[in-house]
Amino acid sequence: MTTPRPETLAKLTPVLTKRWLSPDAWRIGTYEQLDGYAALRKALKAHPDDLIQLIKDSGLRGRGGAGFPTGLKWGFIPQGDGKPHYLVVNADEGEPGTCKDLPLMTHDPHALVEGVIIASYAIRASRAYIYIRGEAVHAARRLRNAVQEAYDKGYLGRNILRSGYDLELVVHSGAGAYICGEETALLDSLEGFRGQPRLRPPFPATHGLYASPTVVNNVGTIASVPPIVLGGADWWKSMGTEKSSGPMIYSLSGRIVNPGQYECSMGVTLRELLELAGGMQPGHNLRFWTPGGSSTPLLAAEHLDVPLDFEGVAAAGSILGTTATQIFSDQDCPVYATYRWLEFYHHESCGKCTPCREGNYWMVRVYRRILAGQGTHEDLDTLLDTCDNILGRSFCGLGDGATSSVTSSLKYFKQDYLDYIEGRTAPKLSEKTLVGAH
Amino acid sequence: MTTTFTDETRERAREIIARYPADRSRSALLPLLHLVQAEEGYVSPAGVAFCAEVLGLNKAQVGAVATFYTMYKRKPTGDFLVSVCTNTMCNVLGGQEVYDTLAEHLGVGHDETTADGKITLEHAECLAACDYGPVMTVNYDFFDGVDASTAVGVVDELRAGGRPMPTRGARLCTLKEMAVQLAGFADEREGAVADGGPGEPTLRGLRLAQQHGVSVPGFDPNTPIRSKAEADKAAAKAKAAEAAAKPVEAPAAQVGPVKGGDGASAPTGTPRVGEPAAATGSTAPDVKAPDDKSPQVRTAETRQPDAATPAPDAPGTKVPAETSPPAPRDAQEAEAAGVAANEPAGDGKPAGDTTGAQERNLNEASASAGGANSAGASETGAQK
Repeated sequence: MTTPRPETLAKLTPVLTKRWLSPDAWRIGTYEQLDGYAALRKALKAHPDDLIQLIKDSGLRGRGGAGFPTGLKWGFIPQGDGKPHYLVVNADEGEPGTCKDLPLMTHDPHALVEGVIIASYAIRASRAYIYIRGEAVHAARRLRNAVQEAYDKGYLGRNILRSGYDLELVVHSGAGAYICGEETALLDSLEGFRGQPRLRPPFPATHGLYASPTVVNNVGTIASVPPIVLGGADWWKSMGTEKSSGPMIYSLSGRIVNPGQYECSMGVTLRELLELAGGMQPGHNLRFWTPGGSSTPLLAAEHLDVPLDFEGVAAAGSILGTTATQIFSDQDCPVYATYRWLEFYHHESCGKCTPCREGNYWMVRVYRRILAGQGTHEDLDTLLDTCDNILGRSFCGLGDGATSSVTSSLKYFKQDYLDYIEGRTAPKLSEKTLVGAH
Repeated sequence: MTTTFTDETRERAREIIARYPADRSRSALLPLLHLVQAEEGYVSPAGVAFCAEVLGLNKAQVGAVATFYTMYKRKPTGDFLVSVCTNTMCNVLGGQEVYDTLAEHLGVGHDETTADGKITLEHAECLAACDYGPVMTVNYDFFDGVDASTAVGVVDELRAGGRPMPTRGARLCTLKEMAVQLAGFADEREGAVADGGPGEPTLRGLRLAQQHGVSVPGFDPNTPIRSKAEADKAAAKAKAAEAAAKPVEAPAAQVGPVKGGDGASAPTGTPRVGEPAAATGSTAPDVKAPDDKSPQVRTAETRQPDAATPAPDAPGTKVPAETSPPAPRDAQEAEAAGVAANEPAGDGKPAGDTTGAQERNLNEASASAGGANSAGASETGAQK
């Protein structure tokens, strides 16, 4: 394997991942030796408003996909309103391709716990919840252990470090529903209901958990708080681009030599990431990829030099999302890939709104027909028409996300569809019972 | 109706409920459903009744929740739940073949259990380990980079009474034992929390940085946190000095955070949060996007108006305090304007799901003649 060039290596910015190499960083003693809880001591001496301002100054944007400015979100919480405030961490990592929060919580859980305490102090919350994906059992083990250690050391509970500040933190396991990664569905689930999204407004900032002001942040966002508190906003902004500051964990998977987690300065390109990851596997040529999970429109080989920050990816017609970079080659079929993603959205649609529930159901069937070699040219119009009726018309972003791979694969790889329809590609599925009228 | 649950389970149920605020015990429902699975291996009618009883809900309310989530099983399960990821990435890397082989080898299909009661097989959606693909889990602990033959090896060992060690994660326990942990209790097994170091893919970027001595320069953990109080003092001083010279109002904003404009306490500061207003869900006309923008991007921006716009108060942006009402007020206004009919969730039911909420919305929309806004708001919301 050839060594990446120095200028490419310089894109690496180990900040959130830096403790992962210490095998015991999940224990509080080791964590404390590695800057652990130093940020908390520092933060508790500052005024909460100054912490909110610090996060605003850092330009930190949400790491869960939408990229909303974190400091702004914290600032939305009305203060002095006499209501309890809540911090809820969205640890329901489930976007296909995304695998950055689980390792963080498994190997450095105290980073999240410390971030939770600081963020809760800033927004004046006395209760916080980490809603962790049910299947993430090992991360939850480590996280529950970390929370217990933090209680034992006086970092959680009453009168934290004798500051007079109290915080209770509960780790709450979900039960296997992708939709609970949507923040309002997550709140409903945390309240003990089916995880279905809520109408907004009112927004969680005023009517979140238990109808009280609530901040919902992703794991990576909250874990970014301690390093910002320590190193300052200017240091944080020395990484990334002007509007997308800081480091980001890029999760590379697929047909590459060294798949894995690469924490880089935001704005790194796929070409550079591939260089870091040892390039494509022998015999594979890059054909299509997702910049941020399956809900972001596919990009193609022509997008190798798109800067992977919020603005750069949007300008290329996709979305940065969770920086889950799934890389597919000329040996993978974009039609089949899209079909599998649609099966996922069909399965995970919560059923609350018609466009998503019905649209995905039917699109899956159209794909099966195409992949069974029995598709028609009209099917392609039907797919686009269905997407038109889902995108922007479904209750939450899940429906929108489902259309991403359909419309983008039809845009870049229509010939692949036609090859199935016109019999040049051998059928990939043998479906005997085909549905639909034509 | 009496249930069969043990005293230990009842005691645990009390502990679970105590984690949540006193008047919000329903939050305990998900962990309680895990708890009843820990005793019975699935959510049985008795389990539903138990949850209903301890939370003061009716069985239909509990059943509605239990049937929504994939991890609550509705039939008895085996000791080991084998889940094979067949989502796109694992699928193309060989996950489908692993699943098909296991199904044939075990003679069961999705969500079915072998006759000896050992193994329940399922195909799973993305398990968040794509850099290790194709993956499968046993009772949710990872076996990475499997192929058909290693997967068959694992299930054979399980059926023979062995406990193969996961590639990452703790040594295996039974599915019922795992459900206790899912209900929020610590893994009591000696050393289990320490099991499972990071695999190579997790560390790759980090190792590369370490090998080549790459780190982020300029990190000083003692960087002071700027204090607004002090900045204000400085600003006041500057202003006084300025006033002495010539009355101009600008510099205050420059020195420190916008006065009163942090949005945290006083409703003044943040710019075009635009947020509540724009994000009512209207996909509509007010978003002007260049034609080459993909519809997905446009929709995402509409849902999250700031997703692609710069952080409004991005560092260095000076913000005139007047032009920038912060969200809380906007949200309140929007609410006052008519969305309020939608009883906020948390008061017992999810937003919009209260009986008659829709009806009330409709009535209110048509009743408030001047409420074009309010009608618009609930309408777009509803459609969206």
